[in-house]
Amino acid sequence: MEGYAVKAQALEKDYGGKRALDGFDLAVREGTVHGLLGPNGAGKTTAVRILSTLVRMDGGRARVAGLDVARQPREVRARIGLTGQYAAVDEVLTGRQNLEMFGRLFHLGGRRAGSRAVELLEQFDLADAADKGVGKYSGGMRRRLDLAASMILAPAVLFLDEPTTGLDPRSRGEVWDSVRALVASGTTVLLTTQYLEEADKLASRVTVIDQGRAIADDTPDGLKNRIGGDRIEVVVAERADIPRAVKVVARVSDGEPEREDAELRVHAPVTDRVFALTEVARTLQDEGVRVEDIGLRRPSLDDVFLRLTGHRTDASTGTSTGTPTGTSAESSEENSTENSTENYTGKEAAV
Amino acid sequence: MSAVDLSGPADRGRVYWVFADCWNVVRRGLTHYQRQPVNIAWQLGFPILSVLLYGYVFGSAMQVPGGGDYKDFLMPGMFVMTMAFGFINTATVVVHDSTKGVIDRFRSMPMASSAVVAGRGVTDLLVACAELGIMMGTAFAMGWRPDGGLGFLGAFGLLLWLRFALIWIGVWLGLMVPNPEAAGGLFAVAFPLTMISSIFVAPQLMPDWLGALAAWNPISSTAAATRELFGTPVGGGDSWVERHALLMACGWPVVLTAIFLPLAVRRFQKLSR
Repeated sequence: MEGYAVKAQALEKDYGGKRALDGFDLAVREGTVHGLLGPNGAGKTTAVRILSTLVRMDGGRARVAGLDVARQPREVRARIGLTGQYAAVDEVLTGRQNLEMFGRLFHLGGRRAGSRAVELLEQFDLADAADKGVGKYSGGMRRRLDLAASMILAPAVLFLDEPTTGLDPRSRGEVWDSVRALVASGTTVLLTTQYLEEADKLASRVTVIDQGRAIADDTPDGLKNRIGGDRIEVVVAERADIPRAVKVVARVSDGEPEREDAELRVHAPVTDRVFALTEVARTLQDEGVRVEDIGLRRPSLDDVFLRLTGHRTDASTGTSTGTPTGTSAESSEENSTENSTENYTGKEAAV
Repeated sequence: MSAVDLSGPADRGRVYWVFADCWNVVRRGLTHYQRQPVNIAWQLGFPILSVLLYGYVFGSAMQVPGGGDYKDFLMPGMFVMTMAFGFINTATVVVHDSTKGVIDRFRSMPMASSAVVAGRGVTDLLVACAELGIMMGTAFAMGWRPDGGLGFLGAFGLLLWLRFALIWIGVWLGLMVPNPEAAGGLFAVAFPLTMISSIFVAPQLMPDWLGALAAWNPISSTAAATRELFGTPVGGGDSWVERHALLMACGWPVVLTAIFLPLAVRRFQKLSR
């Protein structure tokens, strides 16, 4: 038990015959951010709701902050914070009134609730908006206030259930900064997310959940290493050129190239990165194939997910098939491409 | 990390915290009214407008069986109607809190979970007192003259007693309907239910079958009983339920509470399933 802020064994939960959790295991080390990653309906939220005492488990055992979730829910509640999928704050009250109300309901008493509110508003960069109604807050400010409300008692364990869903990239960055600061102050965070990028950036360890079970548990790098190293990626301008691109890429790659016809994309794992890149670029040019984009890509957690489950995450299928699933999903995809695809020219300069 | 001492609450008994939590939930409800004065205006304006409209527009055309002033018949009815519509307010707040995750936040905190619902109930009763006060003031200005004293207090109590019973229907519905928009639709249900009663028209003036239905409507009993207690027993009927209005006005809310309080509690507990 020692060293683990959250430990769940063989959790089970049925919802009207549908198995939401089916022998789910989880171990979260103290003082870390642990990512819980999976598509919609995989059981992420159910797991968080059980661990945060909102929902009773049908089977299994769970301890949070050293306490038994099923037997000591009240004691657990005094040691956890929860930020759900929507900002669960009162929209009519001001930011300060919200924190004071929650502080009093955490049994701090009026005076301490008041000074704690001031402290948290400062910490989460909301002091200027303290006396504005939350209804006038931006999405990012609301999430930060929600986080602040979860932090009133400086909980040992903080559950963040998709804390940045629906936020624009800038607000998402702000929430990430807040989370990092919390962990630096000693809080353990269990973060569920659909955004692979988010887990990659924040979590030191990731559990991948699918159909109610943990199907992998490793560091983000460890997960990526499981599916090999860098990949070369070519996007051609004409659909008719895809077979030729496959042939050219196959000459330098370690494995069979994969093609995504809808996006005119061909990619494959490579070892000698720079050679592969220059070789493919030159050959394609010689053969007169018009190339839209070419680059080296480190595997994303998305690739890991595809490998582990045989299907992509919901967030990414939405964008890769061109169906917009909402601005946030799209912008996250943009970000991750930006960060993981090394541009050809940039690469050359580095070499 | 924090300069504020967070080392656990002052050591007080569990009962103390149930009341303290409840009071803090009430404070939240009242702060809502303070921050949204327009809502108060709406909520109190509607009853005032109803009193004026029905009093002056209908008042001249309406007759009361057995004679008597229509104002004496109408005003207690208006008070009852406002109490009856109150369950929509309860449901609206509850559905907002449950769909926005506020109830989940409360449930994830070490507070007494009964305070979430109890606090709502107390807030609604306080608001009901304000509504009744304002309506009675308006009615008085229009020439309504009830008896004072114990009868008046008894009538006031019966009106709150009805409102109390309807809190549980509101909480239950609030936890059942999927979103705040759907809660708005409750008005469409409430409106006919308040019309088929003795609020505006005496049941004897309706077709027999409808009159019987109206007489047995729980809010008709409260209306008839308060007319008696205000010292203006006009328009009463001869059926058993109408002759025992006072008894029924005390009894109906007991029945409603006995049915809907357990339903609401079960629905609330079901949140953790």
